[in-house]
Amino acid sequence: MSSRSLRAVARHLSRAEAEAICKRVLEFSTADECRVTINSGVRANTRFAVNQISTAGDNYNAAVSIRSVFGKKVANVTVNRLDEAALRDAVQNAERIAKLAPDDPELLPELGPQTYQDAVVWNDATASLEPDVRADAVRQITERARAAGLVSTGYLEAQAQAFAIANSKGLFAYQRSTGVAFTTTVRTEDGQGSGWAGASDNDFTRIDPRQLAERAIEKARRSVNAAAIEPGRYTVVLEPTAAANLIQLIGGALNARNADEGRSFFSKAGGGNKIGEKVVDERVTLYSNPLDPRVPANTVNGDGSPVGATTWIENGVVKNLAYDRFWAQRTGKQQSSTGGTLAMNGGTETVESMIASTQRGLLVTRFWYIRGVDPRTILFTGLTRDGTFLIENGRVTRPVKNLRYNESPIFMLNNLLAMGRPERVSASESGGPGQAIMIPAMKIRDFNFTSTSDAI
Amino acid sequence: MSTSRRDFLRSSAAAAAAASLLTADRAQAAALGGRQPLWSGDSDHRELAMRAIDAARAAGASYADCRISSARSQNIGTRERRVTNIGDNETFGFGVRVMVEGTWGFAASSELSADEVARVARQAVAQARANRRAMVKPLELAPIHHPPVPNGQWRSPARIDPFTVAIEDKVAYLMEANAAALAAGARFVNSQMFFLKDEKTFASTEGTVTQQTIFRAQPGMTVTMVSADNRDFQTRQSTDIQPKGLGYEHVLDADLKRHAARWVEEAKQKLTAKPVEVGRYDLILHPTHLWLTIHEAIAHPTELDRAYGFEANYAGTSFLSPPEQMLGKFRYGPDFMNVVADRSAPGSLSACGWDDEGVAPESFHIVKNGIFVDYQTTREQAMWLDWWYKSQNMPTRSHGCSYAQTWADVQFQRMPNVNLMPGERDLVWDDLIAATENGIAIVGDGSFSIDQQRYNAQFGGQLFYEVKNGKITGMLKDVAYQIRTPEFWNAMDMIGGQRSYELGGAFGDGKGQPSQSNAVSHGCPPTRHKQVNVINTGRQA
Repeated sequence: MSSRSLRAVARHLSRAEAEAICKRVLEFSTADECRVTINSGVRANTRFAVNQISTAGDNYNAAVSIRSVFGKKVANVTVNRLDEAALRDAVQNAERIAKLAPDDPELLPELGPQTYQDAVVWNDATASLEPDVRADAVRQITERARAAGLVSTGYLEAQAQAFAIANSKGLFAYQRSTGVAFTTTVRTEDGQGSGWAGASDNDFTRIDPRQLAERAIEKARRSVNAAAIEPGRYTVVLEPTAAANLIQLIGGALNARNADEGRSFFSKAGGGNKIGEKVVDERVTLYSNPLDPRVPANTVNGDGSPVGATTWIENGVVKNLAYDRFWAQRTGKQQSSTGGTLAMNGGTETVESMIASTQRGLLVTRFWYIRGVDPRTILFTGLTRDGTFLIENGRVTRPVKNLRYNESPIFMLNNLLAMGRPERVSASESGGPGQAIMIPAMKIRDFNFTSTSDAI
Repeated sequence: MSTSRRDFLRSSAAAAAAASLLTADRAQAAALGGRQPLWSGDSDHRELAMRAIDAARAAGASYADCRISSARSQNIGTRERRVTNIGDNETFGFGVRVMVEGTWGFAASSELSADEVARVARQAVAQARANRRAMVKPLELAPIHHPPVPNGQWRSPARIDPFTVAIEDKVAYLMEANAAALAAGARFVNSQMFFLKDEKTFASTEGTVTQQTIFRAQPGMTVTMVSADNRDFQTRQSTDIQPKGLGYEHVLDADLKRHAARWVEEAKQKLTAKPVEVGRYDLILHPTHLWLTIHEAIAHPTELDRAYGFEANYAGTSFLSPPEQMLGKFRYGPDFMNVVADRSAPGSLSACGWDDEGVAPESFHIVKNGIFVDYQTTREQAMWLDWWYKSQNMPTRSHGCSYAQTWADVQFQRMPNVNLMPGERDLVWDDLIAATENGIAIVGDGSFSIDQQRYNAQFGGQLFYEVKNGKITGMLKDVAYQIRTPEFWNAMDMIGGQRSYELGGAFGDGKGQPSQSNAVSHGCPPTRHKQVNVINTGRQA
């Protein structure tokens, strides 16, 4: 790692620089209240296709958001120029717009100074991934694929960001974070086989490109000559990425206000929400914890409130929903949010042991084009992709054509048969670092496939 | 920078307002060659862009282009009687793309200064050199079919710059629309408007310098109804109002207030609509719905980079591959099916004077008389089809499909407006219904999903009507249809005429890594498709 430690850390605003900009903005402010947030940093990426780098680039940006409040009137302005004149203009613009806004009856006063736990989400190795290091990592995949007579395509993205927030009541916070994702799809030259592997972390050194190459190559080879099977209800063994593709959809449905208003799965028949109700198998616990070093995140929210650990579902029972400050006050609850991380407990099984105990079922690598169909049941549709196999009598026997499902993570977790150990995965479809998510492989019965696809 | 940001903003708003009566015609813009620039920052931007490409060339680039963009966007969101968000966003920066010995490099920064553009240009060259390590085949660029454009100017045909309209007018517009929905009995109503004004300067080492001002506008509303027992809720989104490459006049023309009561009524009807029985039906698809099916099942699979595997890791490949077995041979649909791409329709979302590598886009057939005949291309990609264009006595040149969502992103192939052309007979929506014995008519786009080669798709909608013996007999709910793309288009047996042709579209067309959003329109008439598989998506929690 010595060569890497000599490298420059990606550009971002230091604590002192960010604090100075915040101070300047607050000095310009004539509003009753003012909040400043600054996001700065670099997004660097390398893409490859057909076994060579196709495009690569990096970009640096620093954006300042100003929120000005007069009485109950509020407006937000964001700019990405940091010189005095630009900042003063932005403040004046926010104040001008705020004065023209109608009163917001739900507006809450800015928070005073808060105490935050130290975030553990920055990593120097990830923050110093220069083009040649990324190209070397990519070659670990492209050269293996080429040697195997296969075609690799993929994407490596690293982000190094600094977040700062300050307000006219003396609140200030500054936190730095890194994220990296590395994914590859390896296909056979004739396009008859396709295999995917991917990983996401805040620490690049925990990602092994060689292992990604091997997994994707093996799946590409094994997926050739897929047979069509009848759509219908199947027992499925979902690898951790496939499981996370669907379980993370629960995170998007946790909004307490929507539930209380009757427009959510978490709405209760007759009124109110499902907190306290058992909604999934009692082995399931779903939580967010920004201090978990496996799935860390910042400990400050966009409004300056501290983010702590929250359990959403405990032993199958809804424990919490996501309450913003206003709805928490209105309903007398604690404020809570996922803070960009989601994790699930697991069991002691492995993908192999779950396959071994399956008479007939399907092994799924990942899902794709996942879109909401019915928010009443968190029902989504999408398809399997890049490695779908038939399990017969405890063994993977052959590749099968991809299938479309119409299914809900809630139904899935009621049909839970077994779980593996939770793993950090890359579960964003676009291959970006996305939210930090840690989910076990799982075995589910009666998973609902509704049609087959010829796509490879 | 010799011009302060404030001066820049003030004068650009004034200049844009003054220029608002100009038409957005490229020929006219060229004829006006020597006139005052549309906005004041351009001489600085031109100078800085030239500096960037000079620095890239000095560092060893054989080709370079620089895009400088100043983009302003505005969002206003409401629910019921409350404004939930007023946000104004400005992003300013530049990106430099270079080619070094047949490899791309790209870098971008938000600091627009003479030193920084030179540093970023050198960084892009360093990227390209690093990328050469994994190079197998050097890339080539197709020649541009027109001479370099040293002073190109283009502007969306916006009549009213949204940023000259007072916030209180916009808020009042949305509040009145919400009041109309609430008066009609809406349980919840959300409404919003979004605007973009992007001023882009492009310069390349080939001598083209263009300056374009792109406008986009989208007003919208969602009405939600909840059943009395809290067990069901249904929404109606304002999909009859589509996003456009226009200014505030699009909001005024949309007149959300006038439609609100109808949307509420339709959301109420959805609560008591009959659940659909699964089976095969003749589908009659309204343009406000069909544009999205065209987007997914025609526009995406005809992107050439997908056909050659370049997007395999995310957006996917295409069933229209390999090209040599598809071009001129694959039957997409019936003889009356014609699909034409363009970036010129006034108010369409992909309209522009030049694409993001300085090519004037052309209109071209993708499907002609039912047969697949061409892909969407950029300069790099057109070379891959050299053999096909030669065989057709067509020049090998880019169709002008290069686009980057912001200054911070590298440009690549993105779809133009891909349109299903109207039929020769003067048929309209009601004619298609009147001709149908047992079908479902679908209005508005809803949920959508398609596989990575664009074979198997599933679409929902906003409103579903049962059609029996040529008449609408009631509303259905929980409808989605599943298709296999080639069968679906070949099952098209009726198509509306010119009078029934409409533009739909979206801002959020995702592709690439990092994922970039493209804004695109799709024009189409209503169509009918025989015996399509319909499923029921309603399940009990």
